[in-house]
Amino acid sequence: MELFNLGIRSIFIDNMIFAYFLGMCSFLAVSKKVSTAIGLGAAVIFVLTVTVPVNWLLNEYVLKEGALAWISADLASIDLTFLRFIMFIAIIAAMVQLVEMVVEKFAPALYGALGIFLPLIAVNCAILGGSLFMAQRDYTIAESAVYGFGSGTGFCLAIVALAAIREKLKYSHVPNGLKGLGITMLLTGLMGIAFMSFMGIDL
Amino acid sequence: MSAETVEKAIEKKPAEAFLSKRRKKLVSDPLVDDNPITIQVLGICSALAVTTQMKPTLVMAISVIFVVVMSNLVISLMRNTIPSRVRIIVQLAVVATLVTLVSEVLRAFAYDMYKELSVFIGLIITNCIVMGRLEAFALGNKPYDSVLDGFGSALGYSWIILTVAFFRELWGSGSVFGIPVFDYISGIFGPDFKLATNGLMVSPVGAFVILGLIIWVQRTKTGYVEH
Repeated sequence: MELFNLGIRSIFIDNMIFAYFLGMCSFLAVSKKVSTAIGLGAAVIFVLTVTVPVNWLLNEYVLKEGALAWISADLASIDLTFLRFIMFIAIIAAMVQLVEMVVEKFAPALYGALGIFLPLIAVNCAILGGSLFMAQRDYTIAESAVYGFGSGTGFCLAIVALAAIREKLKYSHVPNGLKGLGITMLLTGLMGIAFMSFMGIDL
Repeated sequence: MSAETVEKAIEKKPAEAFLSKRRKKLVSDPLVDDNPITIQVLGICSALAVTTQMKPTLVMAISVIFVVVMSNLVISLMRNTIPSRVRIIVQLAVVATLVTLVSEVLRAFAYDMYKELSVFIGLIITNCIVMGRLEAFALGNKPYDSVLDGFGSALGYSWIILTVAFFRELWGSGSVFGIPVFDYISGIFGPDFKLATNGLMVSPVGAFVILGLIIWVQRTKTGYVEH
């Protein structure tokens, strides 16, 4: 029940986009077509679900203060927390490489559509953000898996919804200066207000 | 006319001026005409989350300036030795090291600020401006030019997030840099008068709307239209 609650919270309330502004770059750039948005969303869900637990293991058994105690008692005093950024980003880059290879092999059309944005998932703030939040909030491994999946789903939901709106938006007259990024920011703001209504839900 | 150009060419050959016109342009272009946030749509990720108050935003801006300038310098120095196949990993390693440095310095000397910014310092690694400048400029240009380019881009980023933070703090909390401006103004008009603050500005929504409006104003001024 706790886990389910965490999942719902990470999808709707602590939404990566609307609450923490993470992954905005790809959110804005890949939200022009629903089909591409679904592809990117799926890739983000997958990468987050894998990287957050993997980084949890890394954090728990290598990086945390005293984490190396399982090797020998002498190492218990070592604190490698400062290596967190480098290690996390290395794991993420490796995972993204893996996903890229799989997608290229089994879904070439999707690979073509995602283009540059698949490798760019490595520098997607949502992915690194997920791992950093996991470390900061001291999740257990089950929680971190649920959190990774939930926040990925939240991102996917947001980007697909925005893409659907932007597809409709093509037919409306937007002032010149507001075209593209400007109107998209305002739209995201309005969607954020809608998502705020989920606040305070506790199962 | 021709004599003039010949003269210029000779003048340029020995050494380019410390701050030549071209170099000044490297710094000034990203400020308005080619702004990383409003025109190139980069680095919005970490830009908005810290902008509820001016102070953390300023710290964030300084950190980003440091990271962009230094990473541009390092990558530019190494540009001829990095094989292009592994350049992303090399870039990430350099940036992550610099960000770790910033984070450790903040933790040592400004622990409150470190707590407040929490994960967002780490997220400078994934700030698209850093990677974007490395890819687009530092890999193909001399160190000094790269430093100027990085400085310009980071400055363009900084003034946008500071502007967003100014409006969010003013309207959301009624203060600027923690100074309660709204209270002072209310004080002038007597005890019954009170300027209301808008809770929406403190919430993420305020950041989206304000940035959207800034982009509108700026693009109208520069005449940039996205298709």
